[in-house]
Amino acid sequence: MTIRKFIFVCALLVVPALPAMIGAQAQAGLDPASLLKPLSATWPTYSGDYTGRRFSALTQANRNTVKNLSLAWFSRVTAGQPAAGRGGAAANLIVGGEGSGEFGAGGGVTVKGSMLMVDDHLYVTSPDNVWMLDARDGHELWHYYWKTKGSTHIANRGVGIWHNYLYFETPDDYLVSLDARTGKERWHVEISDFNQQYFSTMAPIVVGDHLLVGTGNDIDSPGFLQSFDPDTGKLQWKFYTVPMNPGDPGLDTWPNLEAARHGGGQVWVPGSYDPDTKLYIFGTGNPTPGYTGQGRPGDNLFTCSLIAVNVETGKMAWYFQTSVHDTHDWDSAQTPVLIDAMINGRARKLVSTAARNGYFYTLDRVTGEHLVTSKYGTTTNWSTGLRPNGVVEPDPGKAATIPGSLVSPVEGGVTNWPPPAYSPDTGLFYVQEHNGFNMLYLTDPDPRGSMGLGGKQVSQLGSGGNFLTAIDPKTGKVAWRHTYTGGGGGGLLATAGGVVFSGDGSGNFVAYDASNGKPLWHSRIGNISNAPQTYLIDGHQQVLAAVGDTVYAFVMN
Amino acid sequence: MRLRIQLLAGTSLMLASIVVGVAAQRGGAPPLPQAAQGGGRGGTRGGNVPTPGVGNPNATFPAQQRPAGDPALIARGNGLYGANCRLCHGADLRGGEQGGPNLLRSAVVFDDQSGELIAPVVLNGRNNPGMPPMPKITLPADDIKAIAEYIHSIVATSQGQGAPPRGAPVQLNVLVGDAKAGEAYFAKTCSSCHSVTGDLAGLGTRLANPTQLQNAWLGGNAGGGGRGGGRGGGAANPVTVTVTPPNGPKVEGVRERLDDFMVVLTLADGSQRSFRRDGDVPRVEVHDPAEAHRKLLPGYTDKDIHDVTAYLVNVK
Repeated sequence: MTIRKFIFVCALLVVPALPAMIGAQAQAGLDPASLLKPLSATWPTYSGDYTGRRFSALTQANRNTVKNLSLAWFSRVTAGQPAAGRGGAAANLIVGGEGSGEFGAGGGVTVKGSMLMVDDHLYVTSPDNVWMLDARDGHELWHYYWKTKGSTHIANRGVGIWHNYLYFETPDDYLVSLDARTGKERWHVEISDFNQQYFSTMAPIVVGDHLLVGTGNDIDSPGFLQSFDPDTGKLQWKFYTVPMNPGDPGLDTWPNLEAARHGGGQVWVPGSYDPDTKLYIFGTGNPTPGYTGQGRPGDNLFTCSLIAVNVETGKMAWYFQTSVHDTHDWDSAQTPVLIDAMINGRARKLVSTAARNGYFYTLDRVTGEHLVTSKYGTTTNWSTGLRPNGVVEPDPGKAATIPGSLVSPVEGGVTNWPPPAYSPDTGLFYVQEHNGFNMLYLTDPDPRGSMGLGGKQVSQLGSGGNFLTAIDPKTGKVAWRHTYTGGGGGGLLATAGGVVFSGDGSGNFVAYDASNGKPLWHSRIGNISNAPQTYLIDGHQQVLAAVGDTVYAFVMN
Repeated sequence: MRLRIQLLAGTSLMLASIVVGVAAQRGGAPPLPQAAQGGGRGGTRGGNVPTPGVGNPNATFPAQQRPAGDPALIARGNGLYGANCRLCHGADLRGGEQGGPNLLRSAVVFDDQSGELIAPVVLNGRNNPGMPPMPKITLPADDIKAIAEYIHSIVATSQGQGAPPRGAPVQLNVLVGDAKAGEAYFAKTCSSCHSVTGDLAGLGTRLANPTQLQNAWLGGNAGGGGRGGGRGGGAANPVTVTVTPPNGPKVEGVRERLDDFMVVLTLADGSQRSFRRDGDVPRVEVHDPAEAHRKLLPGYTDKDIHDVTAYLVNVK
């Protein structure tokens, strides 16, 4: 409780210091300063608030009452344009885009992002599509459809909102701004080069008058984070995650500049933001070529790293590499979580991340000082030990080899993009833990390395167990594990009601006791495809989750 | 980077992609003359020359969307590339012995439409920091356009998730283990359930490819008669459960579903039953034929695995 109060006080102190950047016409709608408040009645940014905790202050659905949670409504969304001759949604369909429409959005919708809830409206996304729903009953108010040029339509993580304007990224690398009330397009700008095979999925993050935008790529291109002016779409700064020029920091961890410039480190999952230090803290993707590291000896900075950049300048304040010289496609893009706790009698401002590679890290988020490294993936086996600075030393024998290496975790990692959660009440960090084994074969022994994710073959051997796992971030020790009979998936939500919401991978949406993982409530709606969310409608707490193309809202009556 | 769908999980597919590495002829393009052999850096892929193609008609990136170029122009570009570019950029375009960069991932190549960005680099040379400078090469505009078409035709055959075009088959020796040590390991760890004269008889003949054999025994799928237990039970050897209700007889059957809230099983007569679960009530015991193999996984060293494979491959 005291920690939450502390944060609230911090927020009050910081609000007046925000730059007065808002034009008179933009004053309405969501004030960016409101994003500094702890998560409660609305859901105005990817993680709900800037901390990445996905911890809601709402308590109507608590350990004792959550069993009464009941279905309020469900709503199914349909991507693209209705076929010719069919009526229906066309009246509130807005079509944009630079493509010919030749490449469809790939059929069915799977919601794999956050659905912002502002002013009793929900914003739901899939690649190329944004829908506004009425959060009272789920009815659709408008649908924006972007005609794509092509590229990888893997996911969209959601919109960002600044005053009355929405922002989302398209697979063919545009940042599109819509009027949040009507869905009418304001403008779109190119954020990365489609020809160079970038594809963009990240939910833009609004910080004051900055719009933080990442993008993705599989084919040996450099990663970067950019900041745009939310009013005009003008680029404010661009931060590359790999060395791009002679003398750039980290270049000595690559064989040469050519390798670094093709070294990956994509920024495809939103980070967290600390208003006290103005640091945006985010994780970077894997180095490329992904599995054939023979052409890029060295630690390969700043791939697979936690990085803190100043949002005003785009300059790096600190970094910590959570996987050096990764050779398993285990990026470290996972949303980091900001935590305030006492360590050795001292109040510390911390940041924790449960990485895809099976290791958990806690750092000082002001300085980047390393505090904790622990292995939370039960069967994780790719390391020979820790370096003195807490960095995990990879075992070269666990890279892809010609006769095969037995590797845990599997390609998807112990965790992936599905967000973790943290409760300041229990002091526990919650993550979905997946353990499995692969035989990993090197099929391209060329000393130059392969490209992208090529050069390897994989044989899946079996699971080592999947869990909802609670970790003490101060020590990295696992407090408890609850077995997922299925795989889990989608991500987590924690609340001040003492509940953690999650899918169980067996088709159930479940509320677990945050103190011990005991199931308290469930509904068999199918495997949820995003992280659950919660907010208030007309004084009643709703809990929201998506199963593929269908959004389910449960309510405390 | 992202959560990936396992496309080539099956060992037979895997085998195919290792052994059959020859670039497929796509889009009906006629075979074209190949550049001179050699040139690739290092021994293993020295003679690897990709086959030009028109890309994947379902692909959604511009490199793969590119329509087929004029075959005659591409063929001419192939020859010009061999004479002017190959030494530095490699026969497979992935960089050559003179240290030129990989063209298959070059931003200039990706952004080029028909030579307009490539031409200035050819004509003016280039100084890339930390790399050997590229000399000026005086070539007629038509020749540069032909080279560009050839490069684009190769880039268009790149595979998914950034993988390069398929190259020539590579000999990969999976059998590096010590068969004697493998025999000893088998006797110690495997022989309580398996026998090379019983269920595993003829294994090395049935599964002649060592990679396939290795994956099979690790997954618990090496026995005769198609044991299906490797991933939690196929039809041959399903996972079964025994449910013991507080008041009533034990019920046994094939596990259809088991989660924190319910267990569903199919009984011997083909009918289904379900029980509500509340913590440990009713008691549910799971019998998973794959469990024994799964439990072994964390204990293997890679040497153990390679040794056992070297032993089993000779079980004819």
